[in-house]
This record gives sequence, structure tokens and C-alpha cells, in this order.
Amino acid sequence: MSLHLTDVTLTYPDGESRLTALDRVTLDVPKGSLTAVVGPSGSGKSSLLAVAATLITPDHGTVTIDGTTTTGMTRGELTDLRRHKIGIVFQQPNLLPSLTAAEQLQVMARIDGRSPAKARTRALELLDAVGLADQAGRRPHQLSGGQRQRVNIARALMNDPTVLLVDEPTSALDHERGAAVIDLITRLTHRQAAATVLVTHDRTHLTAVDRIAVVRDGRLRLPTPAG
Amino acid sequence: MFVAWRDLKFAKGRFALMGTVIVLITLLVGLLSGLTAGLGRQNVSAITGLPADRIAFDAPGGGQDLSYADSTVTAGQWLQWARTPGVTSAEPLGITTTRATAGDRSTGVSVFGVRPGSPLAPGSGEIDDGSVVLSTPAADDLGLKPGATFALAGQRLTVAAVRGDASFSHTPVIWTSLTTWRKTAPPAAADGPTATVVALSTDSATDTRAADEAAGTRTVSREDSLSAIGSYTSENGSLQLMRGFLFAISALVIGAFFTVWTIQRSADVAVLKALGASTAGLLKDALGQALVLLAGGTLVGTGIAAALGALVAGSAVPFLLTPATVLFPAAVMVLLGALGAALSIRRITSVDPLTALGSAR
Ligand SMILES: Nc1ncnc2c1ncn2[C@@H]1O[C@H](COP(=O)(O)OP(=O)(O)OP(=O)(O)O)[C@@H](O)[C@H]1O
Ligand SMILES: [Mg+2]
Repeated sequence: MSLHLTDVTLTYPDGESRLTALDRVTLDVPKGSLTAVVGPSGSGKSSLLAVAATLITPDHGTVTIDGTTTTGMTRGELTDLRRHKIGIVFQQPNLLPSLTAAEQLQVMARIDGRSPAKARTRALELLDAVGLADQAGRRPHQLSGGQRQRVNIARALMNDPTVLLVDEPTSALDHERGAAVIDLITRLTHRQAAATVLVTHDRTHLTAVDRIAVVRDGRLRLPTPAG
Repeated sequence: MFVAWRDLKFAKGRFALMGTVIVLITLLVGLLSGLTAGLGRQNVSAITGLPADRIAFDAPGGGQDLSYADSTVTAGQWLQWARTPGVTSAEPLGITTTRATAGDRSTGVSVFGVRPGSPLAPGSGEIDDGSVVLSTPAADDLGLKPGATFALAGQRLTVAAVRGDASFSHTPVIWTSLTTWRKTAPPAAADGPTATVVALSTDSATDTRAADEAAGTRTVSREDSLSAIGSYTSENGSLQLMRGFLFAISALVIGAFFTVWTIQRSADVAVLKALGASTAGLLKDALGQALVLLAGGTLVGTGIAAALGALVAGSAVPFLLTPATVLFPAAVMVLLGALGAALSIRRITSVDPLTALGSAR
């Protein structure tokens, strides 16, 4: 198991009282499998992702990434953990305007202090995997929305993460491109043996994922295993 | 610096604009520094060049400040100092500002009267009651060569030599004997003034306070005596004030620029943090970027200032080009600019990586 959420409860301040965004959520994601999380707006999907990404500390419960429990870690330790173990595919591509597609990926190796030459090779390899081999030298404003989203995905894989977190990857894309992106993430999950959580409110593309979990009012419901 | 370098190139226009502002401010600071030093030298070089460490003035009454213009010391005061233990040399020095005329040329000069053979004047062996030593700017202004004659406050004098470039209160110095000087000075009290001040060479054993009391003088170090030159304090003070303001303005402008720049890229910073970039690394990169801009701008500005300074050196413009007048302000610019940038870049610390998630940007 590569990502464990155990009994996670998260509340936000809401006037006098507190609003429960996640209510005793337990989720295990094994390596090389993709769990889609669906649910209506406001159900807690983004909150779940933020907790798994170590960007929010839950009120209660534990998050375990590749065997490391994050409880009690300092902010610096969490940053290191994110850098080495977690890949995030943002809802908006969030590319840096001054960097070319290849450099968007190379920056990941830079912040990890790794060899620039190897990073370049790896970046081009990943861009090739997402079908952008010939766009490596382009800046974000020279790429289409779908191409940007694919760079965003390739970047998340640059440091070979154990856990891949994907936030509404299709919200800015049309139907066809959306399907292609989900398909790409599914393939890469298997290829990289990542434990992937994909959050979306749109079930239409989820034909090839390993399982679909549903959140409603902060409660997570997993499908009863077939058999 | 991976992203920082690319941002510099990508946002060329913005950084070029800021760089130009830094160049212009540095240029202004450089020119002002050279001018301050140049003007200062014209004002005080005759005093700072004296082979003496202390200057004794006639003690002014009524809480007045020391002044080269108002002081007159008598022979008694001078001899009192000459007898004081620890004083290796006590030389009377007379100072007046008057006009010198040679043919149809005329210029304001400072007359420095010394005893014949006194170490205070360059080439004092050639000074007597009829011949004087001119500083180079005095000789140039009057168009005089050794052997020529000219008129000084109604006296006909011969140029014995042209030596040094001493200047006092923005006028070139003419070294004369005390007798010649006395004829240019305003008429004075009963036993007649010997000089304006006494230039002293002392050692640590000298009890200045006791000697001052005995002689009725007030003694200050040579450097402190500069404020007794009428215009020096106010002139130097206002130029230094201007320079100080320019330093403050540059720090503020640079701070404002990097504040806006940091706010503009806070979304990028949030993304980098979410991806695992450390805050320390991001701060280092941003500061490095600011330093590149600052160093580049300061280098160009200082270069132009030095080039302009070299161009006007030797002309009538009192511009002093030395490492101290050029490199010191450049270093201060970089330091203060970095401080301003650091204060604005600090807000990187408070950017929350959580904002990179979701669609709200
Ligand atoms: N920072 C916050 N402060 C207070 N309440 C919050 C905050 N973020 C989210 N919430 C609340 O927590 C609940 C869950 O929000 P969350 O963003 O996780 O929902 P979501 O499932 O991602 O919705 P959507 O599909 O619209 O993105 C919502 O009721 C929301 O209003
Ligand atoms: Mg959401």
C-alpha cells in the first residue's frame, strides 16, 4: 500500500461552529492503481486531495505516504516528502510562464538538486510519453489548453512519485481531450506504478479506472469489492 | 536560480526598466559623490595637507564656534605653545582671502603666511618678504611663471616658485611670509596679530587642555578644524544629505519594484512550494535575481559616472575620481538595494502552497 488515509477528519472554521469537510475518511491506494473520487460540489473532494498532498493537516486521523506517517512532521519535512514522494497534477495547468515545456519538468529535478543533464533526458522522455516530444521548446502561451494539461501531468511524474494526486484534470478541456487525458493518467499510473487518486465531478470518462469512490458530505464510500 | 534566470529573460521589459532606474540613480549618486569630494578638496586641501596634527585657534568668546575667518593669535600665544612639553613643532599660520592681479588677469586667492623656512609651505626656503610660492591653480589662473611679478593687496611680489595644488575655501593658495601676509590682513589689536592659527605637531604627552588654558587658545585636531572653514560644513552637509536621500530613494524604489514583482508571481511560488520547493531555496533564488539586477545596474551606472568623471577631470569642474568616491557609493547602492529587495521578497515565506490546488487563482 502506498497511500493510506486512516480515519481522517477535517473541519474548517465556520462562524461560531466548525464545518466538517471530511468525516472519518479511510482510504488505501495500492501502487499501480488508480482510484477515482467523485462527488457533488462541496462534498469534500478537494479537501481530501489537499490532505493527501500534505498541504492541510487533518484535525484527526493519519496520512501515510510510502510507509511514512506525516503526523507531527515539520513544514520543511513535509516539503521534502512532497518533493520525493508526491506528484500533483493541478486543476489549472499552473505552468511557469517563463519556462519551456521541457524546463517545466527540469525544474523538478533542480529543486531536488539532481544532475541537470539526466534531468533533461528524463524530461524529454516524459514529454514523449505524453505525446509532446515536438513541443519541448515551447512556452505555455504557445501551447493549447490540452497540451498544457499534458505538460502538467508529465511534470507530476518527473520525480518518480509513489503517490500521484490529480485534481479535476478535465475541467478545462472538451469531451474528447478530457477522455484522452484520463486515459493517459491511467496508462501512466500503471507504467510508473504510482498510487493515484483522481478527483473529479464528472463520471463520464471513468471507464478504465481501477475503482470509483464516492464522497458525499465528507463521507467516503468505497465500492464493495467484486467477487 | 533556474527559474530566476529565465524570469529575468522572459520579463525583459520590466527588468530593463528597473535596471535603467538603478543605472540612473547610481549615475547620479556617483556624480554627486565625485562632486562632493571635488568641492570638498577645493575647500580644505590646504588644511588637510598641512604637516600638523592639531590647530590652535584664539579662544572665541561668548560661546562662538571656531572660525578661521575670525581667529587671530598673538606672538605670546604662539610662544606659549612652542614652549609646551610634547609639542614638536608650533608654526604660526596666517590666512586671509583677497585678490591677486597680474596684468589684466585677476583672481580671488587665499594668502597663507608662514615663517621663512616653515615646514607648512612647500618650498618655503624660497619665500621672503618680496617673493612668494604659488600653488599650481593660482599660477594657472593668473598666467604666472616663476620670476614673474604680480600685485597682491597693493604689494608687488615676485613668484619664486609654483608648488602643489593647495586650495582653501574654493580659492587657490599663495604662500607668503608672515610679514607679507600681515599687510593683506585687516588691521588688528595692540601687539599686532602674529597669525590666524598655530599649526601644532604634538605627541601623546601633550596636555592640550592645560596648554590651551595657559595660552588662551582652543585646540582641535586638524580634521575637526575643517568645520571652522566658513562654507565647508553647510556645503558638505547638504551634498551628503542629497546623497543620503538618493540612497534611501533607491532602496525604496527597488523595494517597491520587488514587492510588486513578488506579488505578481505569488501564484507561481505557491505552485513551486506545492511541488516541493523549499522556502529557503525560493528566497535564495529571488534574492539572487535581485542581486543580479542590482549589480548589473550599479556596474553600468558607476561605469558611466567614472567615464564622465574622467572626461571632466582637469577641467574647471571640481570632480574627484578615486576608488573611494566611485566604489563606495556603488557598494552602498548594492547593499541598500539588496536590503530593500530582501524586505519585499520576504513575503515569499507567507505564500500558502494550498492556493495552487483548485481553480481559484
Ligand atoms: N478554506 C475553507 N474554509 C472554510 N470552508 C471550506 C474551505 N474550503 C472548503 N470549505 C468547505 O468544505 C466543504 C468541502 O469543500 P471542497 O472544496 O473539499 O469540496 P469539493 O468536493 O472539492 O467541491 P467542488 O467539486 O465544488 O470543487 C465545502 O462545504 C466548502 O464550502
Ligand atoms: Mg474541488
